Amino acid sequence: MKGVRVLVGTKKGAFILTSSKKRQSWKIDGPHFAGWEIYHMTGSPADPDRLYASQTSSWFGQVMQRSDDGGKTWETVGNEFKYKGEAGQHQWYDGSLKPWEFKRVWHLEPSLDDPDTVYAGVEDAALFRTRDGGKSWDELPGLRQHGSGPQWSPGAGGMCLHTILLDPSRPKRMTIAISAAGVFRSEDSGKTWQPSNKGLVSQYIPNPTAEVGHCVHRIASHPDRPDVLFMQKHWDVMRSDDAGANWYEISGDLPTDFGFPIAVHAHDPDTIYVVPIKSDSEHFPPDGKLRVYRSRKGGNEWKALTKGLPQKNCYVNVLRDAMSVDRHDPCGVYFGTTGGQVYASADEGNSWQAIAGHLPSVLSVEVQTLS
Amino acid sequence: MIRVQLPAPLRRLTKTEGLVELEVTAPVTQRKLLDALELRFPMLRGTTRNQQTQKRRAYVRFFACGEDLSDASPDDLLPQDVVAGKEPFLVVGALAGG
Repeated sequence: MKGVRVLVGTKKGAFILTSSKKRQSWKIDGPHFAGWEIYHMTGSPADPDRLYASQTSSWFGQVMQRSDDGGKTWETVGNEFKYKGEAGQHQWYDGSLKPWEFKRVWHLEPSLDDPDTVYAGVEDAALFRTRDGGKSWDELPGLRQHGSGPQWSPGAGGMCLHTILLDPSRPKRMTIAISAAGVFRSEDSGKTWQPSNKGLVSQYIPNPTAEVGHCVHRIASHPDRPDVLFMQKHWDVMRSDDAGANWYEISGDLPTDFGFPIAVHAHDPDTIYVVPIKSDSEHFPPDGKLRVYRSRKGGNEWKALTKGLPQKNCYVNVLRDAMSVDRHDPCGVYFGTTGGQVYASADEGNSWQAIAGHLPSVLSVEVQTLS
Repeated sequence: MIRVQLPAPLRRLTKTEGLVELEVTAPVTQRKLLDALELRFPMLRGTTRNQQTQKRRAYVRFFACGEDLSDASPDDLLPQDVVAGKEPFLVVGALAGG
């Protein structure tokens, strides 16, 4: 088919929303894996019909799913995530040390050119890879064994590796983010890693400018300009112009500097989107108004996008993996809420429509542009 | 034949309805029963017990013949009525979470 496929992971199953390129009329298919938490569902850039999903449950653990037909049918694949060598210890909430223990897969990042190769970011934080379409998963242990592990600590949602950026111009470069350890970068396909947090300031940790320990919520980049990274941190929106070597703040005139997702326009590397949320603990939009903020200048100057979004009595959250863009022209922007709505804009965020109104709480939104 | 009752989320995962029937060679223990269950349904690996430590998952319980066998040794013999197929072996998701 041509058009758009929106892959929605929720707390009670997965849903697939499809539309033509016009993006006005939508069909909802699901729930797949009813009753299970779908932390992330995504497709291979090399084969859009190859999908992967992370299916989890506090009761029954981790299950991995794969589809070869765009989500019509699914098969379970390997679900054993075993840390290599000694598991090691990380900080716990009370300051004690706790052994690494696998809990779930938070994020899947398929290879840019091989449908059988996928990277998985997991809790407790580590990076795994499959090269056989999900049958088996092997850890890239250099990250967990970087040496700073005892200084890593869980955020409120757990110690998760939630962001994996692959650089299309430098195939050996990978950038990942962990809550709450920060950003790490590898230049040798994941064998060795270096912290990449210079310029981040977190007032709530013992050393606000520490090399590791920052609660990074999400990083995004544009494939045509991979050295420019945008970050939504627990307090502050940040930017790097040197692939993460140095960061500077671009929160500018945002109503709050807290939030979870950040996304980059498909055709303009300087246009970025965030959803400001109130901290602490409240985690809902300020003034009960759900507003996406767009900067056309790579940060600092932001405009509220409100047309079609609820502007009173709205107290939902938008989680870190729940915002994405399509590559049609004009660029489409999508996000899901903890209230079960999925909103879409077919005009770069100028106007929005709810393309699903009553799903379970949304954990992730990915978009496939089909041609 | 030994009969196993799976909880609803695992019945959906295995695409089964009702009781699952398994052939398990004597002597029948919980470990051998779960091994046979996972051999027939590989997607169940890791869902009732940790794949590496074999430890039961915290929110999964095992019952049979009115007894809670969750904390029994996995190498204890299962009740004769389970082995004879008169009573099912129950895999239960704990009531937790509110």
